[in-house]
Amino acid sequence: MTDGAQDMGGVKGFGPVEPEPNEPVFHREWERRAFALTLAMGKPGGWNLDMSRSARENRPNNEYLSMSYYQIWLAGLETLMKEGNLISEDEIEAQQSLYPPKSLPVLSSADVEKTLHQRGPTERIVRAPARFKPGDRVRMRTINPPTHTRLPRYVCGHTAVVERVIGYHVFPDSNAIDKGEDPQWLYTVVFDGRELWGPAAQAGTKVSIDAWEPYMETI
Amino acid sequence: MAGDDHHNHHHDHNHSELSETQLRVRALETVLTEKGYVDPAALDLLIETYEKKVGPRNGARVVARAWVDQAYRARLLKDATPAIAEVGYAGRQGEHIVALENTPKLHNIVVCTLCSCYPWPVLGLPPVWYKSAPYRSRAVADPRGVLGDFGVTLPADTEIRIWDSTAEIRYLVLPMRPADTDGWSEERLAELVTRDSMIGTGLPKEPKDLK
Repeated sequence: MTDGAQDMGGVKGFGPVEPEPNEPVFHREWERRAFALTLAMGKPGGWNLDMSRSARENRPNNEYLSMSYYQIWLAGLETLMKEGNLISEDEIEAQQSLYPPKSLPVLSSADVEKTLHQRGPTERIVRAPARFKPGDRVRMRTINPPTHTRLPRYVCGHTAVVERVIGYHVFPDSNAIDKGEDPQWLYTVVFDGRELWGPAAQAGTKVSIDAWEPYMETI
Repeated sequence: MAGDDHHNHHHDHNHSELSETQLRVRALETVLTEKGYVDPAALDLLIETYEKKVGPRNGARVVARAWVDQAYRARLLKDATPAIAEVGYAGRQGEHIVALENTPKLHNIVVCTLCSCYPWPVLGLPPVWYKSAPYRSRAVADPRGVLGDFGVTLPADTEIRIWDSTAEIRYLVLPMRPADTDGWSEERLAELVTRDSMIGTGLPKEPKDLK
């Protein structure tokens, strides 16, 4: 959804960035396990990346903002597993399986390397001509879907120049809600800083997003 | 974000909450293993892969090669995914990689304002700050301020370009080769390439920074 807590570009008041010197990959043992469980459950779960993202961000703002990164991953994973009837709250509380398992494909340790190296490209066979070309001036639509989108709020209504036609890619707005991949043309579009942030914007600053054609309109 | 461990783990009030999470993860793993949905050995291997094998040293090798080999640099800038595969790196969250060339006139910075998109095969898993609200909110609006948080100041006339990774394209910054490194080997140059220099929030080390 646009405007959810995850849609952070340009929001003020979060304070300075705090880099951590010599940061470890994981800070706690449970983070390791939560990360691995999330990756491993992709196979039996059968959900796609857009569904995973949608499940992570689709929670009340105060929750999203007060949870750590892997707590959000965990919550997203639980949502997807419960929706798919793979696990239930009483089983988590009992710390044991209470209902017979489904027969599902499982990621074995022998398959890990192959699976990680397997690419999951999102480019698809072109089925329609691209509406825009490099150099075209476009305006980003103002949309407010209640479901998943990858159009950030801070660009809505703003004008940009098409820099690159990337290709014909799976459309997350559709794929996240199980309505099919519905591939669309994807572009890199560039905004001048002043267009987004007004005259006080830092001079010589440009911002780009990768935008699917349904996010864009001609001026 | 506010709940990030490294901000909070000194505060006692968070300890009970964290152990709650810890218990929940343990319960999940137990139930899922009992049901046969996960293989604990596969979990160990996934963790080992991203903790020990896949990380910013991969990207550093790619950058160093581009610094010494002009033909490779051209291939990397034209189509980074196959060029990176030449060095041996490919896979999840690296299906469509684009390399961004820093020049004296242009500095590139990568962010994902909507979540945490990051080129795993070349940089590994993102650091906490990359996934945090301060970085995700400010990088697009106040890039010079963010660079300042990293102790980086760029000349006033350098154009800054922020790439918000809103789709499945993953961006890798190709930083400028530091001065006084003529004749250096690829291996030695790779030691100058920092993770942050490949995100755009840092610059490569200089020869004097190496002992």
